[in-house]
Amino acid sequence: MALDYRRFMMVYVALLLLLAATMGSTLLYLGAVKPVINIGIAFIKAGLVAWFFMKLHHATSLTRLFASAGFFWLLILLILGSVNWLAPTNSLS
Amino acid sequence: MPVAEQFRRVEQQREADSLGMWIFLATEVMLFGGLFLAMLVYRILHPAGVREAAGHLQMVLAGINTAVLLTSSLTMAIAATAAERGLRKVALRSLMATAALGLVFLAIKAWEYGLDYHEGLVPGLRMPSPLHEPSAALFLNLYFVSTALHALHLLIGIGLVSSLIFRLLLHRLPLPQHNTTVEVIGLYWHLVDIIWVFLYPVLYLIGR
Repeated sequence: MALDYRRFMMVYVALLLLLAATMGSTLLYLGAVKPVINIGIAFIKAGLVAWFFMKLHHATSLTRLFASAGFFWLLILLILGSVNWLAPTNSLS
Repeated sequence: MPVAEQFRRVEQQREADSLGMWIFLATEVMLFGGLFLAMLVYRILHPAGVREAAGHLQMVLAGINTAVLLTSSLTMAIAATAAERGLRKVALRSLMATAALGLVFLAIKAWEYGLDYHEGLVPGLRMPSPLHEPSAALFLNLYFVSTALHALHLLIGIGLVSSLIFRLLLHRLPLPQHNTTVEVIGLYWHLVDIIWVFLYPVLYLIGR
């Protein structure tokens, strides 16, 4: 019992440190790579919450598949939805 | 614990409960995904408006709120583990902490909305606005809709956790037999947290 709570605490401290890092990187570091850093840190935080807090680390493969499905469909949405504006146009504007 | 007629074993029923909740969470991800897509397109089409509007948001206040939600996920995870082990009192206290932290988030959010309103950031009101870019209002619309939708989901989550608290207080939720109820509500709560973990940088940080 105590071991589980210790792991939760470690994940929690990691989450808070990542939060500090993402806020710090915004205030200190300005550049084109900032969105990549911030979204990347967000993915790591979400991954930690999903793996440890949502107990995916001792879930069946089927459960992990279902969990990944939402993320997979989101990827389709974001990529197909934005590609129209990411592609160069041949208009004169 | 009683097994519903379509299942052969308890473990099968537990897994089905969990899978059902994960599918629902996937639909929630798609709901917010649409809003994230809109934000992505705004960033591509109107980078100046996004940058100007995001600069006026309360980044530090929302950062504190992020920490509040992360803490609530910790207490929720503790509650789910305690429920799994039949520790009713620990589960009860952790669930109360979770609901309380959710309310703290909503209170800070309401305070933040007040600050935004007084700064003139709400689009559509005939108030003097500090914004110059016409497309900044687009971003702010999305900011208010996204955060309000998230707050609504959080409110629902607080309601679900409160229902667990009441059932535990009235001894109507025997643990560990019915721990799946706590677990699936926990999954919903963690997703609300994860959604905010992405909303925060996308709205407050990367636009600056």
